[in-house]
Amino acid sequence: MTSRHPPVQDWATDFDHTDPAWVADPYPIWDELRRRCPVAHSDRYGGTWLPVTHDLVSEVAYDTEHFTSRSVVVSERRPGPEDLPAPIGLSPPITSDPPFHSIARRMLLPAFAPKPIAELEPFTRRLCRELLAGTEGRGSFDAATDYAQHIPVRVIVRFLGFPQEDADSFRRFIRLVLEDVDRSAEERETMFAEVDDYMDFQIDDHIANPRDDLTSFLLQAEIDGSKLAREHIRGTMILLMIAGIDTTWSAIGASLWHLAKHPSDRRRLASEPGLMGTAIEELLRAYAPVTMARLVAQDFDFHGHQLRQGDWLLLPFPAANRDPGAFEKPGLVLLDRAKNRHAAFGLGRHRCLGSNLARMELRVAMEEWLTRYPDFELADPSAVTWSGGQVRGPRTLPVTILT
Amino acid sequence: MTAETFRVHVDPDRCQGHNRCYSVAPELFDLDDLGMSSEIGAGIVPPELIGEARLAVANCPEHAISSTKVEP
Repeated sequence: MTSRHPPVQDWATDFDHTDPAWVADPYPIWDELRRRCPVAHSDRYGGTWLPVTHDLVSEVAYDTEHFTSRSVVVSERRPGPEDLPAPIGLSPPITSDPPFHSIARRMLLPAFAPKPIAELEPFTRRLCRELLAGTEGRGSFDAATDYAQHIPVRVIVRFLGFPQEDADSFRRFIRLVLEDVDRSAEERETMFAEVDDYMDFQIDDHIANPRDDLTSFLLQAEIDGSKLAREHIRGTMILLMIAGIDTTWSAIGASLWHLAKHPSDRRRLASEPGLMGTAIEELLRAYAPVTMARLVAQDFDFHGHQLRQGDWLLLPFPAANRDPGAFEKPGLVLLDRAKNRHAAFGLGRHRCLGSNLARMELRVAMEEWLTRYPDFELADPSAVTWSGGQVRGPRTLPVTILT
Repeated sequence: MTAETFRVHVDPDRCQGHNRCYSVAPELFDLDDLGMSSEIGAGIVPPELIGEARLAVANCPEHAISSTKVEP
């Protein structure tokens, strides 16, 4: 995504998470802000705050009194009180606040616990092998678009119980929501209507033909003895699709990018499979893809800053993970880092619902890749591109296979 | 000198189901249907699992796990 905004003059007072410098390499920016602020402010997007230490990020994550999750993606248009029905929000439970949040989340948690997620592992492994087989004989290819990109979308399509051939159209929907935020309102509405129609079709089909998948699970679910409203089911299905795809694609891509650039880590991980557990957590810490957002719920003083109701606040878990106050040598990737209290999946009541799924996909994707291609490198470091916005990962990642 | 005995405990109000403790020390923690963790039994840590118990405490993002020395 290219920023349509003027270049940033001063990161402490004018930051922009779509600026090319932030998109290319946000870590030095956060390091600078941690020394200077550590809460930055920008007038962009109608007023946005940015805390960059682990302590401050976790304080906001735990504070649902002063911060609301009603919208979690910063855009030019701030939602007003009439826009989204609080406390449920458009896509429960990520956009919900307590007390409704806990009810909607509890209902979903059993489907995302480690045991049901483990049942998706054989499918994921077959898929990874199939994708890698498709790269056979090509000395160079794009690890982001030929491999990483396809894994989470096909797994979530399988999980929801939709036809695999619909996977490509989902990627288009997600781009619309997360990246094409500058399209006209009419264009966006037309495309959103298309997504709603698709989900309605799937809901009707699952009502007529119940089966063992997440859509049928949602149709069976009850809150206080009542089935969920169709809007709630549809909102949750769209959330799962959006939240589960770009994020995991980014984590897989960033991990492969790291290994492509670091021969010693690559060889060590390929020859010591026992290291995979700590390595996955370390790669998640160092390259956490997701920055969340909150809206300020009421005027208040936050460590000497006057926050006003309706201000945005970016919640950069990736910056928290690089805070020297919380991690030793945070800029170094140590595959055997034993103590790693990272916040890649967030903190508090909104902890990523799909963390067990994402970890499984990342681990299987890395295991299968390293089995097939233990040695590889970047084909052209200058050709690597990164996504802009609140989900960070490589979108172009040309690699050359060395063995 | 007798070996020290430790006990681990998961604070259910803090646990958010990150599943880190279960992945480093499945002998000491169990998950419920929602994926939330609790210590197995009284949480007594056998001497051979003290390392795993420390890792579980040190890796919980929510600081939900405590370990205490059990007085003989």
